[in-house]
Amino acid sequence: MLAWTIYLSFAGALVLAILPKAKPALVRWLALSVAVAGLAVAIAGFISGMGQGLTVFVDLPWMPSMGIHFLLAADGISRVLVLLTGLAAVAGVLFSWNIELRANEFFAFFLALIGGVYGVFLSFDLLLLFVFYEIAIVPKYFLIAIWGSTRREYAAMKLAIYSFAGSAMVLIGLLAAYATAGSHSTSLIELGHAGFPASFQMWCFPLVFTGFAILAGMWPFHTWAPTGHVAAPTGASMLLAGVVMKLGAYGCLRVGIALFPRGLDPWGVSFLGIGSWRDVFAVLAVIGIVYGALVALAQSDFKFVIGYSSVSHMGFVLLGLMTLNQIGMTGAVMQMFSHGIIAGLLFAIVGRIVYDRTHTRQLAELETMHLSRRLPFAAWAFVIAGMASMGLPGFSGFVAELQVLVGAWKVNPWWVAAAGVGIVVGVAYTWRALQKAFFGDLLPSAHVLEQEHGHELAAITWPEVTGVVMLAGVSLFVGLYPRILLDTIEPAVKALLAGGVQ
Amino acid sequence: MNYADLFRVTLPETALEIAALVVLIVDLGFLRKAALNLRVTVAALLGVAGCGAALWTVGLQNGSGFFVDGREVLVVGPVAVIAQVGILVLTALTLLLLIDENFTHHVGEFVAVVLMAAAGGLLIVAAQDLLVIFIGLELLSLGLYILTAFAKRSGKSAEAAMKYYLFGGMSAAFLLFGFSYLYGLSGSTNLAAIEQGIPQQGMPLLYVAWVLIVAGLGFKVAAVPFHLWAPDTYEGAPAPAAAFIASVSKVASFALLLNICYGLFQPGKTWSGPPQLLNEIFRTEFAIWQPLLIILIVVAAASMIVGNLAALAQVSVRRLLAYSAIAHAGYILLGVAVRRPYTGQVDTIHFVLDSFRPAFRSTNAVLFYVLTYGLTTIGAFGVVSVVERATGSDRIDSFVGLNKRNPVLAAVLLVLFLSLAGIPPLVGFYAKFNLFAAVLGVSAGPVPFALVALAVAFSVVSLYYYLQVLKRAYVMPTVDESPIKAHPVTMAVLVAIAAAVVVLGCFPALLQNWIESFYS
Repeated sequence: MLAWTIYLSFAGALVLAILPKAKPALVRWLALSVAVAGLAVAIAGFISGMGQGLTVFVDLPWMPSMGIHFLLAADGISRVLVLLTGLAAVAGVLFSWNIELRANEFFAFFLALIGGVYGVFLSFDLLLLFVFYEIAIVPKYFLIAIWGSTRREYAAMKLAIYSFAGSAMVLIGLLAAYATAGSHSTSLIELGHAGFPASFQMWCFPLVFTGFAILAGMWPFHTWAPTGHVAAPTGASMLLAGVVMKLGAYGCLRVGIALFPRGLDPWGVSFLGIGSWRDVFAVLAVIGIVYGALVALAQSDFKFVIGYSSVSHMGFVLLGLMTLNQIGMTGAVMQMFSHGIIAGLLFAIVGRIVYDRTHTRQLAELETMHLSRRLPFAAWAFVIAGMASMGLPGFSGFVAELQVLVGAWKVNPWWVAAAGVGIVVGVAYTWRALQKAFFGDLLPSAHVLEQEHGHELAAITWPEVTGVVMLAGVSLFVGLYPRILLDTIEPAVKALLAGGVQ
Repeated sequence: MNYADLFRVTLPETALEIAALVVLIVDLGFLRKAALNLRVTVAALLGVAGCGAALWTVGLQNGSGFFVDGREVLVVGPVAVIAQVGILVLTALTLLLLIDENFTHHVGEFVAVVLMAAAGGLLIVAAQDLLVIFIGLELLSLGLYILTAFAKRSGKSAEAAMKYYLFGGMSAAFLLFGFSYLYGLSGSTNLAAIEQGIPQQGMPLLYVAWVLIVAGLGFKVAAVPFHLWAPDTYEGAPAPAAAFIASVSKVASFALLLNICYGLFQPGKTWSGPPQLLNEIFRTEFAIWQPLLIILIVVAAASMIVGNLAALAQVSVRRLLAYSAIAHAGYILLGVAVRRPYTGQVDTIHFVLDSFRPAFRSTNAVLFYVLTYGLTTIGAFGVVSVVERATGSDRIDSFVGLNKRNPVLAAVLLVLFLSLAGIPPLVGFYAKFNLFAAVLGVSAGPVPFALVALAVAFSVVSLYYYLQVLKRAYVMPTVDESPIKAHPVTMAVLVAIAAAVVVLGCFPALLQNWIESFYS
């Protein structure tokens, strides 16, 4: 059933692409209904898949001479991420409601991107996964380059080249695995049983992992992320931070770790406490957490704060993956979901609710605008989103980061110590942005009040309210009742770990 | 020698030659006073009919070739038939794109020369004899020189033709020189006889011959360092001629290269030449190579690097396509040069190649690649030529706002260029994947792997320059929003090509199974 998420999205994209240009309202509603239908399918698939392991729903021979199948399947991890994609898609359409320029093309690219993302999460054939992964690159480029802002052509090209370079590394690994396995199949299940030699895994793992991790925003390959997020139109930055970075993390997990577990083994020599690829990537993840947070603290552009916070939060995902234990990896998947929701919410507030009304993202300028009075909804939405982003208990981020840290503690307490610094700085930059953007110290003088009275900011519209309530509600719900996701994630992670990882 | 066989085997060529004559008679005899539009349409349609007839006669072959003194001269084998079908289909598409063109008044002659050049192409993909190969190659090449010069009002066309001709003449001389050494060494001009006749102990002369042949054929496929003609020719030639050179001539030349490589290196045979030390290194370090093939590998790597890097700097889309063609030639040559080691005998490592018969994967992959590449590149030239007629230039900036000016054309451009860049689910991706998988084979050593890694890395570079064109078509704002109009036939052909690129990309088995059906 989940396969329909893919078909619906691509069909929607195709219909929108050939729709007459002059009807943005029709286009919006169509896009929204496709996204909602996708979400409905995702929810139904999530509920019906509870308590089930890996289920295959489509398996057709695709390129028979090469043994490649059109193989769609889902386990707990996939179901959770498909659910996230559905939510992000609906929210993305809601916050793109004011797109007037070439609206049909915008939503066509948007839905094509969503379709590719669904496809990656549901593919259990490595080549098919790769195909969907690459399908997602091209719409990203056009979404940013056409509808973006700040240095959009540069950012779009940078993002496309980074993504393509990452996928080229994955492709090399894929070809090598295909040639080495000799099993005449690229099914993840069969490749998992191929028993690659340890020496092969030792070089193929870092290649594939890095290839995917580029898209997950791993330091030092993260630089596409802040520029891309900032330049992208709101809906697209919500998708980029919300689901596209998860593609990378998912690939790291599903392909890198699951296929080449021996690549994580110790080298036998250790230098400065680093004795395996696992240590290398864990250290990079920790650096990403701290570095992203520190850089976010120093930004003067509101959107860049959120952009760098994404790098920091994705560091937790990678750190969780490198723990290789049940709780840490469960936490990593939780963090993927949680960050997808929260980052989407933050970008929506900054890019759509605030920027489209004030036409500036400079914190120094926003400080003088008294937004807490003029846009109380935005201010309170950001307070909630900020609390979720800091990882306060009661929100999804808390559960996720706690699990990652517990898992990491079991492996190496120093990682936790360093990541803890990142969390503290995270509180600081969120607080700073919150205060500067919304709760400036200066009280407005009577004159300014009068002036502002003449230039009322546009009222908050219903799509914005709906989107904020939906995303904040999900984060809160998952934070209060994490079992709803954990029950699905945990068995899948257990199965993955039993499959040779550890 | 059996003339009935000769007649049957050369039926496709005959059909094309007859069609060429009919075109000339109709155009010069009956339509001399008619409007140019009508003449172009009639000539193109007659040419397409000729291609159709030739295609039909290809289907009539019963599998046995033409023999002279027990030696096969013209073969009816998988590679030959697949390439012939490809050549005919691509020629027909080129002719259909001609309908909208107005660069010449001598349409009859143009179509006739196209058909004759295509006949040369048909000949070389089947030929197993050095002399027949050379004659076919010259028939093809001379046709291409004429076609390049056909836009008489354009100085660029004349310049391009002159450069092409001079380079081409030189490379033909190299090729003939190489052939003459082969003849001198073996006493025969037949590939199979040469293979048997050359002494097992190879000699330096053989290496010289091989280098000369690679130089001659490298020119035909536009491989570095024999590529210098390509950018000028692609830029100066009238668009249909450029499309023909980029597609039909490519298919024919690669099929010829396959024939020569496989004809001369039969499975199970080792050529241990005098540079024993070198041979030893190849054997131990690279494990699978016929030392002579290293020339092809160097040429392939150089083509990938130079082609992709030079394309980055181009501002003319035709030159960009030329450098991209050079890069693609590099990828394909990789498939020709590196092959799965012969697994028949395990005790001694042979520098050998697969046998022709079962599941000949790299040949399949090369053919698949070159056919789909030819198709894509014809479409690309079709789009360029439409834009060129509307804006007067093939500069990259004349594509600005194409999305507004003709959305369908822009969509076709998007599909074709992304396919050339190797983005799934378009056919260019599958062709690359298939080729690289074949190169890696089952137990590839580090060197083939490094070459594939190089190729994949450079396809990242290539995305940049393809996106530069697409960026102008879709992203950059335009001043001139006047619509670009194209002939309905042209649009139909372009849309069909784009659709084929998408469909074959989603279901590559369609073409793959057809190619494999010749090996069963």
